Parts: sequence; C-alpha cells; structure tokens
Amino acid sequence: MNCRSEVLEVTVEARQVEEAMLALLHTILLHRSSGKFHYKKEGTYSIGTVGTLDIDCDFIDFTFVRVSSEELDRGIRRAVSEFKDALSISGSDGMGQISLEFYQKKKSRWPFSDECIPWEVWSIKVNVVNLANEQERQICREKVGEKLGEKVINVVEVINRHEYLPKMPTQSEVDNVFDTSLKDVQPYLYKITYQITDTLGTSVSTTMRRLIKDTLAL
Amino acid sequence: MDSGLSPQDKKDLDKFIKFFALKTVQVIVQARLGEKICTRSSSSPTGSDWFNLAIKDIPEVTHEAKKALAGQLPGIGRSMCVEISLKTSEGDSMELETWCLEMNEKCDKDIKVSYTVYNRLSVLLKSLLAITRVTPAYKLSRKQGHDYVILYRIYFGEVQLSGLGEGFQTVRVGVVGTPVGTITLSCAYRINLAFMSNRAPDEEDGYAGVQDSQEVCTTSFSTSPPSQVRGHTPLLLFTVSLFILYWMVNQYLNNNLIISLPSGGDDGLTHSGERRRDEGRSVSPSDPVESLNAFTRKIGAFVNKSNTPITAASLDLPFAAFAPRGLDSEENDPMVQPPDSPPCPSPLQASLHSQGSDGSGQQDDFVMVDFRPAFSKDDLLPMDLGTFYREFQNPPQLASLSLHISSQSMADDLDSLPEKLAVYEKNIDEFDAFVDMLQ
Repeated sequence: MNCRSEVLEVTVEARQVEEAMLALLHTILLHRSSGKFHYKKEGTYSIGTVGTLDIDCDFIDFTFVRVSSEELDRGIRRAVSEFKDALSISGSDGMGQISLEFYQKKKSRWPFSDECIPWEVWSIKVNVVNLANEQERQICREKVGEKLGEKVINVVEVINRHEYLPKMPTQSEVDNVFDTSLKDVQPYLYKITYQITDTLGTSVSTTMRRLIKDTLAL
Repeated sequence: MDSGLSPQDKKDLDKFIKFFALKTVQVIVQARLGEKICTRSSSSPTGSDWFNLAIKDIPEVTHEAKKALAGQLPGIGRSMCVEISLKTSEGDSMELETWCLEMNEKCDKDIKVSYTVYNRLSVLLKSLLAITRVTPAYKLSRKQGHDYVILYRIYFGEVQLSGLGEGFQTVRVGVVGTPVGTITLSCAYRINLAFMSNRAPDEEDGYAGVQDSQEVCTTSFSTSPPSQVRGHTPLLLFTVSLFILYWMVNQYLNNNLIISLPSGGDDGLTHSGERRRDEGRSVSPSDPVESLNAFTRKIGAFVNKSNTPITAASLDLPFAAFAPRGLDSEENDPMVQPPDSPPCPSPLQASLHSQGSDGSGQQDDFVMVDFRPAFSKDDLLPMDLGTFYREFQNPPQLASLSLHISSQSMADDLDSLPEKLAVYEKNIDEFDAFVDMLQ
C-alpha cells in the first residue's frame, strides 16, 4: 500500500508560526476525526457527534474551524509549541517542517513490536521571515491569511478525492486504526513530527550525521 | 438511473440527499451571520445529528430551504443554490457569492449508500464548514452591522451567476459519487467589489435578512461614512472653540491680568527696550499676537499669588518696566522719557548715608522694583528678608578703610615719628625692665 504524501508550504513571520500550523493541522484533523464509536451487538456500531468551533487568529487575518475537543486541541498545541520553540532556537531566518502522519498499527508477534504503517502524510514546510516595520507586518497579516485560505482549499481538494482510507475496523481492531484515548472524538491514529533546517538548507540531523561520519573516517 | 439500487438504498439515498441539502443551507447561512459558531461534541449519538455533525437548525432557514425545494430533491438539472448578497441602508445591494449543490450524470454504482455515501457526505459538510470561512464574503459578514447587512436567498433550478460581476472565481468544495449521480458542491464568488448602485427589490421578493433587525447603513464600505463625518465636524469645532474660550477666561481670572490691548505705536514686545515708533498705526485688538503678549505674566514657583489687581508697574517681574504696559501712557513711561537724574553722589558717600533708609532713596537714580528674594514671604514683620538684605547690602565703610582718613593718619604718623622716638629713648630703661620681666 502506498502512503499518500501531501506537501504544503507557507512563509510566515515568527509570531505567526503557531497559528498558521494550528490552522492547517486542525483543518486536516477536522476531516480525519469521527465521533466516538459505540459498538453494539451483531457487529454494528453507532457514531457520536462531532462539534465544531470557529477560531480567530490573533496575528493573521484568518479564521479556521476545528473540532470541538479540548483534549485534541491540547495535543496539537503541545506539538506545535515544541516546533515553534525549536524554530526560534535555530535562528531568526529558520526553516522547518512539521509533519502530520496518519498510520495504522499492524500487530506483530512477540518479540517484534507493532508496526506503524503510514497511509497519509501531510508535510507543512515553514519559512520564517523577519519584517522590518509595522506596515510590512500589516501586509503580512493579510497576505498570510490569503495564503492559508489557499492551503485550506488545497487540503479540501485532496481529501475530497476520497482516496484510500482504512477500512472501518471491528471492535477488537479499532485501536489499530483510531485513537480511542480521547473521550469526545475519535481521530484516526496520528503522530506529529518535525525537523528544523538551518539556514544553509541542510537539516540539523543530516549535519550531525555528516559530522559523525567525518569523525569516524579520521 | 435507479436500476441496481434496492428500494431501501433508494429511500436512504433520497433521505441523505434531502437532509444534506438542508444542512448545507444551514452551514452556509450560519457562516454569514457574522458570529463565531460553536457546537459541542457528544460521544453519545443523539439520533438527530445528521452526518454525525453538530449543526444547529435555524427554523427560519429550514423553512426557506423547504419552500425553495418545494418537495423536490436536487438532481440532474435541478440545482439548489444559496445566494449571498450585501445590502446597504440606502437599498443598494450586491451579490457576493452563490453556493451551488448540483448533480451530474456520472454514477458510481458500486458505492455503498448507507455507509460510504453517508460518510463522504459527512466529510463534504466538514469541507463546507472550512471553505465558508475562506471566501471573501466571510470577512465582510463578520463586519456587518451599521453599514450593511448580509442577506441570503435560496432558489431551485437553473444556476444564475450573472449577478456576480465579471471575473468571478469558483472554488469546488467537493464531490460525492452516488449510484444516481455525482453530487458536487461549489461556490462562485465575486472578485470585483466595486459598488454598483442597484436599488434592491422589495423585501417581499424573496430576500430574507440573516439578522432579524436591520441596522441603518450608509452607501460606503467604510465604518465612518461621509454623512456621519459631516455631522461630527461642526460639533468638534464648536467644542474646541468653547475649550479655548474657557482657557482664556481661566487664565485671566487666575492671573488677575488686565487684558491690556496695546495702544497705537506701542507694542512693548522687545526686551531690549527698542520700540517701534509707528505713530499712526493702531493695533487692532483682535491681533492675536498683541493680545497674547498682553498677559504674559508667569507666576514663579512657591510664590504666593495675591488677588489684588496689579498694574504693570508693580508686577513682581524682573525688568517689569519692559513688560507691556497698555494702560500706562507713553508720557509716563520712564523708558521713553527717563526721569531727571538727581545729582549723583559718590558711591562712598551714598553708602555712608544708606543706613536706615528703605532703599528707596537709591531708587531715585534707577528704576527699581521692590526686591523680593526667592522663597521669601511677604509677611507683616517690619524686617523681612528683603528689607534686611537691602539694608545690609551696602554697609557703611569702616573708618580705617577710608582712603581719606588713612592718608591723613599716615602723614601724621610720619610727622610725629621723631617725637615718639625721643620719648621712647628717654624711657628705654622701662622698656628693658619690661622685657626682662617677660623672660
């Protein structure tokens, strides 16, 4: 099975990173979250209701819709906050990428651990810019808002192709497909990772690898 | 094409399409109310939340949608459209966007109605929620109120996009294939927001206000339309001029100034004492520079203010003589016509005779004012700091320091020196005994 991979790219000011990432990640998760499954006898199940919430951005002229779940929001915010901190440590003209990966678990026999098989990966590349004055910042507010709107349209277009989605699981398999830990909604199993690229365009991890290789080669 | 579709599936599909159409209208209209939407997730299914989404049903909107559908369903050639427009208080209106729920002939026979179609319709509604916040009309709708309101109109049948102006853009929300056709949901929105003055038809013609109360609006998109600005400017000027008048009166009362308007040829503006002699010139009292200079007195720190009227001559200012003196006529002005100078005594003699005087005698030669040292109090004691200072500023000369007397004594001393020497020589024994006594 091929993993579907989508890449979105945004250029933002440092203070807009958090809201831009939240807007895009929540838009994706809105489409990839279901109500809680309640399994009944005979293998049927009913699904709970997903509420929605409008969020106005403070630093961007943009409003996005997210799932009405504080637990889910907390998880996303934690990951975005780590990414934002890592970006700011790397330097003012930093570049980075945050990835939202939806995966399925495949149970393996002992001693092998369960396998995580991604079926959809969204990568959001972020370029952070520094602006000189308030006028530029105001223009940036509006421009980034328009760009985010375009990205939301991109996300919606991809999702509405209705390409591969994991099959609806039985009760015993539901934890292999969905994250059932939340009490009000049930998103597909996902994880968020990020990597920071330094200004030279190489990622920090590849730089470290090169350093270690060079050291060993001596 | 209904062949291959079980009656139950057909029934379900029709129900799904009907409620999908109703929920689509609700999402669009609620997104244009101008408020943020918030609904709660519920882990337990309530049975009334279609497509597993918490979307409220506004009864008026449901009523309008059912009226437009008139018992029919969106199908091939029968589109359901929601038109969003903007209307100002003067009756001008402009179409902003048109949302179209259409069906085309492309069928997906293998798709499962009760499961896949239902879930995909749910995803499509989520996409609609996201896209309704992205089109330009969303920001306009969030700012509606005094200037304009947003209206919606639901119609069924042929899609009409001519009211959107030239160069309108289209965004596709999504598609869901069904055994009877492919449902597509899209939005065509206006790009050219230049206002066209089209008088809107009467409200009975099908436009329904999104908000129950329609505020008075202006023709402009700005939040401060010209009519309101015009109304505010005269009031502002009036208030400012009242404030200036109050300040002038306040200054006059607090400083006890006589607003002395300069007489002809007398401006008294320069501190050097030079005066412009312009006999024939009469200064207009309304000259702002002149009138401002008429009350330039400033009160120093820690100085008691007295409420008695003060003329220019008794102002406790240094160089008060140079202050503008509108009331004093030129003839009495000592700067113009200095007083006859009295015979000037020698400074020494003057200082010898200065004891006991109030210092006013010295004022015959100079135009002087009462000396008021800083921080002094004008109290009732006969000897205040100022008086003390004046009196002892010029103490009498010591007699021994007087040149005349010292020169006289020097001459006498020299003359009497031989006599004194003779006396001392005669008494030399006494001096020796004295010295021995000391040792």
